[in-house]
Amino acid sequence: MTLTVDISHRAGTFALDVAFEAGAGVTALFGRSGAGKTTVVNAVAGLLMADRAEIRLNETIFDDVRTHLPPHRRRIGYVFQEARLFPHLNVAQNLDYAGRFGARPTARAEIIDLLGLADVLDRAPATLSGGQKQRVALGRALLSDPRLLLMDEPLAALDAPRKAEILPYLEALKRQTGVPILYVSHALDEIARIADRMVVIDQGAIKAQGDLFDVLSDPALTPLFGVREAGAVLRAKVRERAFDGLTRIKTGAGDLHLPGVSAPEGSDIRLRILAQDVMISRERPEGISALNILPARIETRYAGDGPGVALRLAAGSEYLLARITARAWATLELSEGDEIYAVIKATSVAPGSISGAVTAPT
Amino acid sequence: MMLDAAGWDALRLSLLVGVTATLIGVPLATWAAWVLARREFYGKGAFNALVHLPLVLPPVVTGYLLLILFGRAGPLGRFLEDTFGLVLAFRWTGAALAALIMALPLMVRAIRLAIEAVDPGLEDAARTLGASGFGVFRTVTLPLILPGILAGGVMGFAKAIGEFGATITFVANIPGQTQTLPSAIYALLQVPGGEGAAATLVIWACVLALGAVALSEWLARRVARRIAGAP
Repeated sequence: MTLTVDISHRAGTFALDVAFEAGAGVTALFGRSGAGKTTVVNAVAGLLMADRAEIRLNETIFDDVRTHLPPHRRRIGYVFQEARLFPHLNVAQNLDYAGRFGARPTARAEIIDLLGLADVLDRAPATLSGGQKQRVALGRALLSDPRLLLMDEPLAALDAPRKAEILPYLEALKRQTGVPILYVSHALDEIARIADRMVVIDQGAIKAQGDLFDVLSDPALTPLFGVREAGAVLRAKVRERAFDGLTRIKTGAGDLHLPGVSAPEGSDIRLRILAQDVMISRERPEGISALNILPARIETRYAGDGPGVALRLAAGSEYLLARITARAWATLELSEGDEIYAVIKATSVAPGSISGAVTAPT
Repeated sequence: MMLDAAGWDALRLSLLVGVTATLIGVPLATWAAWVLARREFYGKGAFNALVHLPLVLPPVVTGYLLLILFGRAGPLGRFLEDTFGLVLAFRWTGAALAALIMALPLMVRAIRLAIEAVDPGLEDAARTLGASGFGVFRTVTLPLILPGILAGGVMGFAKAIGEFGATITFVANIPGQTQTLPSAIYALLQVPGGEGAAATLVIWACVLALGAVALSEWLARRVARRIAGAP
């Protein structure tokens, strides 16, 4: 499955010019509000006719010089920021809406089960909570038997608890349905949990695209991600839980000991470690309270306009992102290629940044 | 409040004219309202003006224009007579046409407001779920604007049974043929001693109008309940 997108579009003073590919799994389209993300997904869905568009899904041409396939013939599921449920239909009728137009989903019962909707089937949308509405919208899109699922900030309108309620469903969806997803978001924590690939868009242009782990650890993107938000993601496996509440987690960079891990022992998780939570030491520190000390090599350095520098560290098979001050960089006489130690304070890894549901395939 | 034969004729004719104009007018007005609310095209302003023209023109002028266009010598009138054998001038059908033209802008305005109140995002969502243009209208827009269509229909019906100026100009005031309630009331008031019979017709006109409003209120409540999704 490959979605190929190449669009130019102008609306007022805003100019968009992007080209990228999205493959199987989840491709995140990241950008700040106003970056042009929604324009891109609307063009892919066929709801917006860009000035120039070449969009293909495998061999099917959605748009080119001659063609504009109308939205209803693209077989694309679209989950909007607002659920957009049909108010005159109940939940079951909303879910089966695409069936009126010939969609023949194979796994209706499984999808209803997966999204936990069995109890609300005869309810009216107006009586549902925000999280329930978004789950119905998700189910409705899936039951249109889509070849591609577009999600435009599906969690942005929800508060933190509702978000936490939906995210596991998205993770389960990704594991169980195999429908490729283009996931638009400006929230790095969401992207870190569910995406495989990442496309970064800013002011109508692509700034980076590639493997999620590479893009998130790219120090040059730190200003775009925000210095307090930037952080690398590590693939990890939960090992045993100790009596004091810390859990040993095995990563390609070495073992970490972290509190607040709720995922069961043996499960595969993702760990997001913010750049500002990583310290750098020339020598292996002794007599320090931080438990997690990983040997690493400084791979690339990015100095922005501010007082900080961002560093991508190669630690074993994983990348870390660290942000230190330019003065520290100079004082320690660091340079690219140096072998150093990355120090991560155990309590600085927020529980929310640990994905709990990415379990091993069964 | 018994009606004499002429009064009955007028009442029956008014109902026939009102129902015909509403039944033809509602689909037409819904289409025009949808085009005005959801489509951009060259000449939209002119189309909008044309639809609303009967609202601002003196009804007599509208009636006169209908006479020019749809009279037996008029271009459209001759075409309709030659092709379908349909004669409008000085027939009840003409009264229905006059009522339709006069009621159309009111219906279009009510229905257009309802369409503009429908979130286009819902229609976009329907398109991504496989609904074509007409499918979206049938399954999403139409159910959501039903209250507006009802309101527009009732307003149009009330206008149609009350239309006077354009009707009397276009199809005159022939008892049993083109004499609707307002025309009959007007005619009775022109002769000495006709006030009593006129008063009876006035009461019937009020009953008809209030009945239409009550019916629409009842229907609107049912529709609203269905749209709200309550069982």
